[in-house]
Amino acid sequence: MNRLYMFMAAALALILALPLWLDKYTLGIFVMIFYYAYLGQSWNVLTGYTGHISLGHALYVGIGAYTSTFLAQTWGISPWIGMLAGGLLSMTVALCMGYLGFRFGLRGVYFVILTIGFAEITRLIVSHIEALGSFSGIFLDFNPSFINFQFRGNMPYYYISLGFMVVSMIVVRLIETSRLGRFMIATREDEDAAEALGVNTFKYSMIAIAISAFMTALAGTFYANYIFYLHPATLFGMALSIELIMRPIIGGMGTVLGPVIGSFILTPLSEISRAYFAKGGLEGLHLILYGILAILVVLFMPRGIIVYLKGASQWIFNSADKK
Amino acid sequence: MSMLKVNHLTKSFGGLTAVDSLSFELKEGEILGLIGPNGAGKTTVFNCLSGFSPPDLGEVLFKGQAVTGMKPHAICQMGLARTFQIVKPFLTISVLDNVMIGALIGERSISAAEKKSMEILHMAGLGSMANTEAQGLPLPMRKRLELAKCLATDPLVLLLDEVMAGLNATEVDEMISLIRQVNSKGVSILMIEHVMRGVMALSQSVIVINYGRKIAEGPPEQVVKDQGVIEAYLGKEFLDAQG
Amino acid sequence: MNADLALQLGIQGLLTGGIYGLIGLGLSLIFGVMGVINFAHGQMIVMGMYVSFWILTLFGIDPYLSLMVVAAVIFALGYLVQSTIVNRIIDYPEAMQVVPLVSLGLILENMALLFWGPDHRSPETALGLDAIRVGSATIDVSRLMAFGLAILFTLCIFLFLKKSNLGKSIRAAADNRTGAILVGIKVNRINNISFALGAATTGAAGALLLPLMPVTPHLGHDFTLIAFVVVILGGMGNLLGALFGGLILGLAESLSALWLPATMKHLVSFGILVVIMLFKPHGLFGGKR
Repeated sequence: MNRLYMFMAAALALILALPLWLDKYTLGIFVMIFYYAYLGQSWNVLTGYTGHISLGHALYVGIGAYTSTFLAQTWGISPWIGMLAGGLLSMTVALCMGYLGFRFGLRGVYFVILTIGFAEITRLIVSHIEALGSFSGIFLDFNPSFINFQFRGNMPYYYISLGFMVVSMIVVRLIETSRLGRFMIATREDEDAAEALGVNTFKYSMIAIAISAFMTALAGTFYANYIFYLHPATLFGMALSIELIMRPIIGGMGTVLGPVIGSFILTPLSEISRAYFAKGGLEGLHLILYGILAILVVLFMPRGIIVYLKGASQWIFNSADKK
Repeated sequence: MSMLKVNHLTKSFGGLTAVDSLSFELKEGEILGLIGPNGAGKTTVFNCLSGFSPPDLGEVLFKGQAVTGMKPHAICQMGLARTFQIVKPFLTISVLDNVMIGALIGERSISAAEKKSMEILHMAGLGSMANTEAQGLPLPMRKRLELAKCLATDPLVLLLDEVMAGLNATEVDEMISLIRQVNSKGVSILMIEHVMRGVMALSQSVIVINYGRKIAEGPPEQVVKDQGVIEAYLGKEFLDAQG
Repeated sequence: MNADLALQLGIQGLLTGGIYGLIGLGLSLIFGVMGVINFAHGQMIVMGMYVSFWILTLFGIDPYLSLMVVAAVIFALGYLVQSTIVNRIIDYPEAMQVVPLVSLGLILENMALLFWGPDHRSPETALGLDAIRVGSATIDVSRLMAFGLAILFTLCIFLFLKKSNLGKSIRAAADNRTGAILVGIKVNRINNISFALGAATTGAAGALLLPLMPVTPHLGHDFTLIAFVVVILGGMGNLLGALFGGLILGLAESLSALWLPATMKHLVSFGILVVIMLFKPHGLFGGKR
């Protein structure tokens, strides 16, 4: 195990030093790797650990992005503060939805449909609010400064997104090993059995959805100040909700490393193939590959790639220990 | 002292009355058997007692306090725990982690819960399986795990739903001695059981229900000779044909 | 309120509702038999639209005539999907069932994008903009045709399920899966046929929708959601309920134009979705969970 930690520390040191050698484009790919790993991790808290399948997580990304941007544009409030406001608003919406869903015992596909419904309702409402740019969305002005959460070049975004990802891993690891995490896992495995052992599954489901929505919304603020353009169909749409869950599923749901591994595999694949195929007029092909990959993973390794990596790493580290 | 008192419990589904004005009492330290033919409403009684399916009428008093209408987790936290006839292990986590869920209800510290869970696993004869994923367990061990999970919640009353079904003779004997051991620590037990050897060996008294109604009550040796009970199990026609 | 407008919208809504019912029927059938939700339902409809679009532009055959061919093509697609993917995931936990079907939707959507590009396509059909007047209301002939054929197609499926042996086996499997296995029904085959049949309804609906709205690759999500609302209104697995659910939804969406901008009509359907799911989870006409 010590070797594993040493390995991880070395990997982190490498990643910290990496921007010294990378060009802007490659840095951008890494930003997206960290960003999607973070989003996947946030979703993982609700679905991977607690078992409530959300297919509407774009909702929280959208709320986070719009809240901080609206506050910054209207009252000049720093996005760092707006980010927390977005997180809290997102959490409130999630708690309302969670209350309805969990109280009324909506399970499985019914809950999935509820999450889609909420995201779509919000998308439609935001698309009709003029103060939020209606259908055409909001462009952000570029005023680089730390307070404004805006920077020249990709390097600051690299470190911020890396920080997001690492913190999310630590948070989820802490949850996983705590009492809370164990009750969440029990809820995921079998709600009735958990209740029968005294676990208040409603309460822990509510906590999980609150944490998950809060975390997800923070990524929305990051996205807004990295892309500088908010579009309701993109930010609240189902395409993002789907994109967001692919990485943890392929990497391995309900594990700390799953979303990260998934993102390190899928994001470069997606970014590079997107660029490559778009040149040949084959836009969309990367999403077809994605879909096929996801189906294959679910059919043939339903617990994600991490299971195989675990086997391989155990083999490597154990055989090293024996020497 | 009465641990569990059930008054006129009634539950129906659609037009079917699954439990019909059933009353009984479980005394402290007692093992009470609940038997009856398939479909007699036994599991429905458990679902009513444990809060999974609140009764239409009647009340359930646990240590004199009404628990009717409370959520299952709240009832469990008071000290009334149940097992499921179709066992419900948490499949993808280890046997130890399974038991720790129950232990963590009363115990905030992870390490203390772990220690307690290990003790329970050893008692249940699952000590060597602690780190196995629960889905790797064969049925007899799953039955014991189901019981171990419940024990970790420190119950005062245990509702056991057919924990001996599907076990062979040796395994039944092991389960009997395990239940005895649990009972000797002061846990009162209400058990649904089809394995008559288990019922005869363990329970001081049994209740027989059919179509949701109590048709007999008393010491097991006496109840199995009761004409009404034999009829309920074998069918009146069968007995008539036998002369 | 303008009574003429309300009448006009009411008729239009009811006609659209017939197609909604057809879509819902397919989703409900699949759910009823397998307990699986086809998250690629909407994308299958889009496929149906493009297939009929192709037949129209390549051979000049009107969608109303190619209806059965399109249905057959999507039937085959459904059969393939069921036998390669869905049969393997039937016993998975629900989370894992959602993913492959969502992925399938993603694949179909982007295949459409790859083959036909992102543009809106609205082909000229024989009936085009013909309309008939009934009192103060005008009715698009193409919408009326679509309604009539959708109802006809729905009836055919009902007849098939009621009268044919295969149909009876399907209903038996939907009613009691284990029982069906016990009496020797080959459940895998039933699954394949049911999914394919559910898919065929989307193909037919696609052909019927083509003359009514321009097709783009990204319409799928909206259709999927409409299908969800319809089956939740009618009760999951309740086939007749799906038809009524469709009519109700069509009416509600259409009449909402009296108060809301047209772009917000889906708000009504989502609203209905959430309210029904919370307060009448078995649907207005009863269904299984």
